[in-house]
Amino acid sequence: MEWKVEFLGAPANKPLWSAYQKDLRGAPSQESRAKNRMTRVASVDFDSSTDAVAAPSRRRAVVAVASGASKWLVPALVVALWQGASRFGLISDTLLPAPTSVLAAGWRLARSGELAANIEISFLRAIAGLVVGGGIGLALGLANGLSKLSEDLTDSTLQMIRNVPHLALIPLVIVWFGIDEGAKLFLVALGVFFPLYINTLHGVRSVDPQLIEMARSYEMSNRALFWRVILPGALPSIFVGFRYALGVMWLTLIVAETIAAQSGIGYMAMQAREFMMTDVVVLSILIYALLGKFADVITRFLERVCLPWRPAYQK
Amino acid sequence: MMTRFAGSALPAEALAGFEGAPRGEASPGAAVTARGLVKRYGDKIVLNALDLHAPAGQFLAVVGRSGCGKSTLLRLLAGLDEADGGRIFFGDREVNDARRLARVMFQEARLLPWASVLANVEVGLGRERGSAPGRGRAVETLESVGLADRASDWPSALSGGQRQRVALARALVSQPRLLALDEPLGALDALTRIEMQQLLESAWRRELFTAILVTHDVAEAVALADRIVLLEDGGVALDVAINLPRPRRRGAAEFGALVDRILGRLLRSA
Repeated sequence: MEWKVEFLGAPANKPLWSAYQKDLRGAPSQESRAKNRMTRVASVDFDSSTDAVAAPSRRRAVVAVASGASKWLVPALVVALWQGASRFGLISDTLLPAPTSVLAAGWRLARSGELAANIEISFLRAIAGLVVGGGIGLALGLANGLSKLSEDLTDSTLQMIRNVPHLALIPLVIVWFGIDEGAKLFLVALGVFFPLYINTLHGVRSVDPQLIEMARSYEMSNRALFWRVILPGALPSIFVGFRYALGVMWLTLIVAETIAAQSGIGYMAMQAREFMMTDVVVLSILIYALLGKFADVITRFLERVCLPWRPAYQK
Repeated sequence: MMTRFAGSALPAEALAGFEGAPRGEASPGAAVTARGLVKRYGDKIVLNALDLHAPAGQFLAVVGRSGCGKSTLLRLLAGLDEADGGRIFFGDREVNDARRLARVMFQEARLLPWASVLANVEVGLGRERGSAPGRGRAVETLESVGLADRASDWPSALSGGQRQRVALARALVSQPRLLALDEPLGALDALTRIEMQQLLESAWRRELFTAILVTHDVAEAVALADRIVLLEDGGVALDVAINLPRPRRRGAAEFGALVDRILGRLLRSA
């Protein structure tokens, strides 16, 4: 309590962070007055035994690690602040449990096998919806980009459906499918359909007409024209749609699992809420964040493999 | 392709009026004839019953002011656009689709950004692509434009002049009977331009195709062409044979006199 007063009443020129660090170490250290803020932060995160006067080579190594891991700096800082605030009673444990409690809950659920089972079912639902909805979106996007007839037949209908938020269909979907797997599959598929459809269509349309004319003047067959000019030309735009679809995929799945499911991460979170097990709720949210990050890493990798010719992916 | 056309006798008239340096008699180049060619864009008549004959193997340059229809003419001859009237002959056969015989070099290189330099050259192989002899020819052609060491690079890593050299290799590897050049050097700097002109000339002398070059640069036309045609009001306004010996020296008095004469005529038509 005494600390809290000092913390809140810290003078303006004394950064919040150094007050925190002072307390962690029990006594004010010379380190907290170091001029380079970056090095200072990094040294706490990655090197717990920092001396006030580090050897130059050692300092350089720390800076190198810091720049390499700079993406993790902010998340790590947030977690550290969160842990500190929980430990000193700034945040009630029932409202937001400490990271360590969340980890403990994760360990508990992992040991019982519940966690893996729920992640697996959520993951499978996401992939199934992505394959079905994304596949149809990609196919229709290509068809409507290539064929005027196909576009005339379907595009205006699709544009109308697009303006309906797909989550608004949940009541109807529950009536249709109950809380079966079909409901989740339908919602996720519908959600990922539009980003892929629209971006694929846009990609096919915006292929450089000069390249198409060139290919035609070299007597490329329609088949070759598609595989060697149109599809590679549309691919960057298709990837934009894919990234966007992944975001919609998780969003839809979370909503669907919280409202209408008997398994999965969303269901696990809702069950935990009933029993006020906030640590499990927070754990579920973190898992969604990690799965989202994982999907992003996969997409980046795929882009690097499929679009090596883009200057952005060249060394 | 060479052997396919070796047997076809050239019409006698194809060689008439041939005024360039002596060339091989069995040229694989096609004589190109346009009769009464008409092209309209809306109300504007761009080509008005134009007649033009380029004998097999000739290097013909087409000059004229912007908007005189020189690019339109080239696009019709190469089969990229359709004429509103008139007929086009290759040799003595009328063609509806000139794409089979003509290759075009555009002002932009138009390389596929997602294909390596060599794969871009292989686009010119058509159905032969993927065969071992085809690949060998593509490598050879790339070598002939001096870019063998860049075969596996992406086009984005090349300079503007290098990209046009790849485009030239792509056109050459398809062994065209007519090479249509739509200001392919227009966007290059002066030095690269002269290098490319020499490259084009040597390729033409080696491969014996018929070349039609559209350019706004009269000196370029005089440096390369056997004959220069000036387009005006949708028709041929001037038709000059260039009898200078090759390789041509830009500093020579006759060279300058010819450039002056054609430029003077161009300026007068303003």
